[in-house]
Amino acid sequence: MSSLSWGTAEPHLPILLVVVPLFGALLVTFLRRGILAWALTLAVTFVLPLIAISLLAKVLQTGQPIIYEIGNWPAPIGIVYKVDQLAAYVLCVISMIGAVIMPFARRSIAAEIQEPAQSWYYAMYLLCLTGLLGIVITGDAFNAFVFLEISSLATYVLIALGRHRRALLSAYQYLIMGTIGATLYIIGVGLLYVVTGTLNFDDIATRLGPAIADPGYRNAVLTALGFIFVGVSLKLALFPMHVWLPNAYAYAPSVATAFLAGTATKAAIYLFIRVIFSVFGIALAIDSLPIPLVLIILSIAAMFLASFSAVFEENAKRMLAYSSIAQVGYIMLGIALANEASLTGSLAHIANHAVMKTALFLALGAVFYRIGSVMYDDMAGIGRKMPLTMGAFAVAGIGLMGTPGTAGFISKWYLGIGAIDAGHYSIVFMIVASSLISVIYIGRITEVVWFRAPSESAKTAKEAPLSMLIPLWLLAGATVYLGFDTQATVDVSAKAAEVLLGGIR
Amino acid sequence: MIETLENFANHYNFFITIFLMISGLFIVIARGNLIKKLIGLSLFQTSVYLLYLTPAKILNATAPIYDKQYSTYSNPLPHVLMLTAIVVGVATFALGLALVVRIKEAYGTIEEDEIFAKDPEAE
Repeated sequence: MSSLSWGTAEPHLPILLVVVPLFGALLVTFLRRGILAWALTLAVTFVLPLIAISLLAKVLQTGQPIIYEIGNWPAPIGIVYKVDQLAAYVLCVISMIGAVIMPFARRSIAAEIQEPAQSWYYAMYLLCLTGLLGIVITGDAFNAFVFLEISSLATYVLIALGRHRRALLSAYQYLIMGTIGATLYIIGVGLLYVVTGTLNFDDIATRLGPAIADPGYRNAVLTALGFIFVGVSLKLALFPMHVWLPNAYAYAPSVATAFLAGTATKAAIYLFIRVIFSVFGIALAIDSLPIPLVLIILSIAAMFLASFSAVFEENAKRMLAYSSIAQVGYIMLGIALANEASLTGSLAHIANHAVMKTALFLALGAVFYRIGSVMYDDMAGIGRKMPLTMGAFAVAGIGLMGTPGTAGFISKWYLGIGAIDAGHYSIVFMIVASSLISVIYIGRITEVVWFRAPSESAKTAKEAPLSMLIPLWLLAGATVYLGFDTQATVDVSAKAAEVLLGGIR
Repeated sequence: MIETLENFANHYNFFITIFLMISGLFIVIARGNLIKKLIGLSLFQTSVYLLYLTPAKILNATAPIYDKQYSTYSNPLPHVLMLTAIVVGVATFALGLALVVRIKEAYGTIEEDEIFAKDPEAE
């Protein structure tokens, strides 16, 4: 991959990763025809993974973070983009998911959104991608807030473009919750700025140490930690701050759901890791506030309660949305345990869950394209009419359970080792127990689509078109592939975890 | 007693900030009218402007424009940051109002309880 040559653009790759989709979004708004807007968006989204992979290759090769000074203004004065192992890895995940969905999007969007709004959809899609990539790449706390709001505002529009009127209500509810979350984050950043006088993540980290020696400042820093913790948790849908998520995912257009499920919460999780580990340092968080304990309790609650909600759900998209909340629980659990194995598991699960959940939502998108519904009653027996689509769904579903030989197993394995390393044997049991619940909810939908008599709408259904099957099977194949070849996920995650924890000791 | 009052008077900006923050959040939670909720949200965001600007203002300092007459200037960075935050706030408010217009078209009301009465599954 490092053979890819960018010529004179090479030093500017970090900024290009944000500028290309931003200007792409601008251009797309001028294209009134849906197919043209789609073609341009496709071209833009396919450039981004190439840039992200080049950045990752360079970081892994040199072992040093890439620092990009915007306008050549050095760190304390200007805004700096910083790409370290973790950032490059998450950038790769987000940009690849963003690209692989696009071939699928053409027919799905044409069926679900009216022609004049189609190009708006693609513009918002690129804008959302800009925001998510920006959150990950920036080294500036306020800049991260701006990107957070760019991606959120675009997301509200994406959700509101859904066909059902509840999509509007879901978008409104998410707007309220999301804005509260982002505002809480910015309050926390403001307090940190008052204490340290800087907004650069690295500078804040170095100046916090001396600052907290003063008890007055110490209280301000802990307050800031509380605000940021709650604010970012709202964005990443940590239980019990997840209530906006099920409806938002259920009523958004199919492609938007697949995209958001794979990427949006992941960028927020990245921001959480960055702030907790790189800025505050887990030492401060552990000594002063019971953050790991709170996180462990909330994560386990998410793993069980959200999974239970998924079992009793009748709408397949909502079922997967609840499952997403449970999976966020796994990722946050690994962060809370904060040792090398558990963090490796969490980071690997960011990629693995993105791949599996996007595949599952794309399969539902294909079903919705053919029969116009994802309710269990309408989906009965659809497996016999759309075997390739539901076959991919089954493969990704098996991965989601954490079956050995799939991607889901790898991340849960490392999470389990991490729990043992931390001395919490009961948590290993809980990881297995909540995986068993996921067997029930995936098993239930499998029973519906394969073994029940076909419903009225399923009788006339046809297999999904090839443009949908290829992205779908690419992701389903990746679910299995990442279960055997762990070089791309675990090795990079382990390096990133080492760097994150190394900064603390 | 005097000390407490003095402390309060010296930090009155922060007390106003906290008051705005809490009342904004309260309106968002307590009100069922979708537009009133947005107004509360806006108030909540506005409190942040004050939080940033208060420490940036230095007593007896001028605007940060270079002039031999003055030697102390206010910190320009938080002011610039809040310009960005105001833009974000306006965009959020506008998008929220646009959504409320569409919700009114779809449901015929902007009262939360009436919407849920018409569409129980939306909750």
